[in-house]
Amino acid sequence: MAVLTEEQSMLRDSARDWVREKAPVTAFRKLRDGAAPLGYDPAAFAEMAAMGWAGVVIPEAYGGSDFGYLSLGLVLEEMGRTLAASPLIASSLAAASALVLGGTDAQKQAWLPRIAAGEAVATLAVDEGARHDPLQTGLSAAPAGGGFSLTGSKTFVLEGMAADLFIVAARTSGARGEADGITLFLVPADARGVTREKRTLADARGYAAVSFDGVDVGAKAVLGAVDQGYPLLERVLDRARAGLAAEMLGMAVQAFETTLDYLKTRVQFGQTIGSFQALQHRAAKMFTELELTRSCVEAALSAIDAESPDTPQAVALAKAAAGDTLHLVSREMVQMHGGIGMTDAHDAGLYLKRARALETTFGSTAWHRDRWGRMAGY
Amino acid sequence: MADFGGDAEAFRVEARDWLAQNFPPAMKGVDLALTVEEPTGDARLWKARMGAKGWGVPTWPTEYGGGGLTPAEARVLQQEMARIGARNPIGGMGVMMFGPTLLEYGSDEQKQRHIPPIVRGELRWCQGYSEPGAGSDLAALQTKAEDKGDHFLVNGQKVWTSGAQYADWCFCLVRTDPNHKHEGISFLLIDMRTPGVEVRPIKLISGVSPFCETFFTDVKVPKENLVGPLNGGWTIGKRLLQHERNSLSGGGGTAGRFASGTPLDQLAKTYVGVDGEGRIADPDLRSRLIRHQMEAKAFLLTLARAAAESKGNQSPSNATSIMKNAGSKVGQDRAELAIEIMGSQGLGWEGPGFEREELEQVRNWLGGKATTIYGGSQEIQNNIIAKRILGLLDHQ
Repeated sequence: MAVLTEEQSMLRDSARDWVREKAPVTAFRKLRDGAAPLGYDPAAFAEMAAMGWAGVVIPEAYGGSDFGYLSLGLVLEEMGRTLAASPLIASSLAAASALVLGGTDAQKQAWLPRIAAGEAVATLAVDEGARHDPLQTGLSAAPAGGGFSLTGSKTFVLEGMAADLFIVAARTSGARGEADGITLFLVPADARGVTREKRTLADARGYAAVSFDGVDVGAKAVLGAVDQGYPLLERVLDRARAGLAAEMLGMAVQAFETTLDYLKTRVQFGQTIGSFQALQHRAAKMFTELELTRSCVEAALSAIDAESPDTPQAVALAKAAAGDTLHLVSREMVQMHGGIGMTDAHDAGLYLKRARALETTFGSTAWHRDRWGRMAGY
Repeated sequence: MADFGGDAEAFRVEARDWLAQNFPPAMKGVDLALTVEEPTGDARLWKARMGAKGWGVPTWPTEYGGGGLTPAEARVLQQEMARIGARNPIGGMGVMMFGPTLLEYGSDEQKQRHIPPIVRGELRWCQGYSEPGAGSDLAALQTKAEDKGDHFLVNGQKVWTSGAQYADWCFCLVRTDPNHKHEGISFLLIDMRTPGVEVRPIKLISGVSPFCETFFTDVKVPKENLVGPLNGGWTIGKRLLQHERNSLSGGGGTAGRFASGTPLDQLAKTYVGVDGEGRIADPDLRSRLIRHQMEAKAFLLTLARAAAESKGNQSPSNATSIMKNAGSKVGQDRAELAIEIMGSQGLGWEGPGFEREELEQVRNWLGGKATTIYGGSQEIQNNIIAKRILGLLDHQ
């Protein structure tokens, strides 16, 4: 655990207490079993927002606390522990960052206070295929009547069913695969021509496929510069990826602790199975990977706060490390629990499924490893 | 944090002044701590000055010749030395392991006698722990010390005694009670020049002999050389191992090993070649190199985090327990990748036809195999994590 300020310690402790009391795994299970339409509980998110968690990276002038990314990471880590579902990453982290980094004052005024208050949910609409690849943006934004007309579709949009605002990556020039020619647009979900359909993945969260069929937006809907949205998008995505890594770290820590408890209580051959060295060494390996991963995640969040030029590389390392470690721990969670770990009644499967969904979101482990390597000269 | 900075910053001026007057510029970048030969000229001067000042062991108490600095001042001293390329000339097992342990457990007479020569870098110590039948199961050791009234009579064999052929003294774990395993062990200091001590260097796969077998045959050791209570040596011996682990996983050990040498990407581009994009031509090797470099970075970040946490006065960082395994893995992986990259040139053993770095890499690869064995093997480290950190029980 990084050396925290007093405020950060308090934030983490309050998140830990709240999550345990109000959002245990049973709460997520209830949402899943009830096929909650948004994939999260709006009343619970309202409570989080009331505690200020939706405004952690938003400046005070726009209703936030400007506490920084490491601070938000602490909250996300606690949420990850119990699989607490909320639009914190999609809206309070990713979309809020996009507006903070690229928005005009009018755009910020219009959306940030509502995002900070939890009154509006915003999200990025970037990917158009099964695998993350922002350079492949093809959704077209053609000039129309002083503004633009958007046509195309986006897949697996986080909290896409709940969103009031989509931040859409569109192509204003150039071809798929090119960085130049990508422009970000603010598109309200109720704009004419926007339709969405729920996509149910193994992790039972609120993904949507979103179609844009000749959606007319004004010139003021452009976030940042026309044709030059890609560098901004990358900065925004890196903030989201670091947050995902924090959530993944929290999940891995909890999956490990739950498994460790089981090793200490399950008795076979007259002793706890945790006394078997074959399992002890695998537990030690998981612990080692968790400690290494924590260093990477905290370094990435701190790099963002420090506006370090190394941020992209630090984030790629964090997302890749978190991906590997979470898979290791969630796989072992099932294996070490044996048959009970295969049952739907046990939590292990929930961690296993969510682990895959987070790994593939905004760049898989392999994708980030390659990205890290390119930045390191490989 | 803010107020501890104040005093330490005042000390910075003092450190800078003293170094300006006492550090011979010719010693820039020269590491004396591990050299075997007695230094001469500027090296001798630098060592003598640092020894007299006590700054080779900056936080040890002044009454035994140490620097008497606070940890914050010691960090400032380290920064100031790094700034001008000054390396600490005082080192070895006496500094890293034995000294801190004796300061904690020794009598005042023992400290007065043994600590000042370590502070001045005058005497070398070696470690008499492992035996042919007591490796990972160290407490199975059999070298016995019999009470003969005014002295102990020591008989037995130690192995893997690093640097015994150059050592003046040996700190030794000996059996003083055959009927109790852990509670029958004592911590004894043995003068290596005592009759009956015989040292035989062991040639390793890397071709060098950093370790020895040490034989004790009717060696008379004065009673005053017993540290701590009779049969109370296991606790002291374990404490010393903690100091050993810390020094092995910190800057001096495996971490230093993989930070040096030509970066692997450059090495690969030279030996393997590049593709049309300028990337390493072998994509499988490239992806394994990237994975390795990311693991190395994660390890360095963890070292930094553990240091920051210990500075921040939190409870001791759990991260320290993983350092030895994580660091040795990174070091060994690097060495294997390096020789793989160099192909047959990377296996050059001696003679013409090889660059210096090629000859070094092969020795480095082989020598590095020791890092997951010594100082508590990889498996012992995992046992320690499982039992002490994770609270898992022993198998019955």
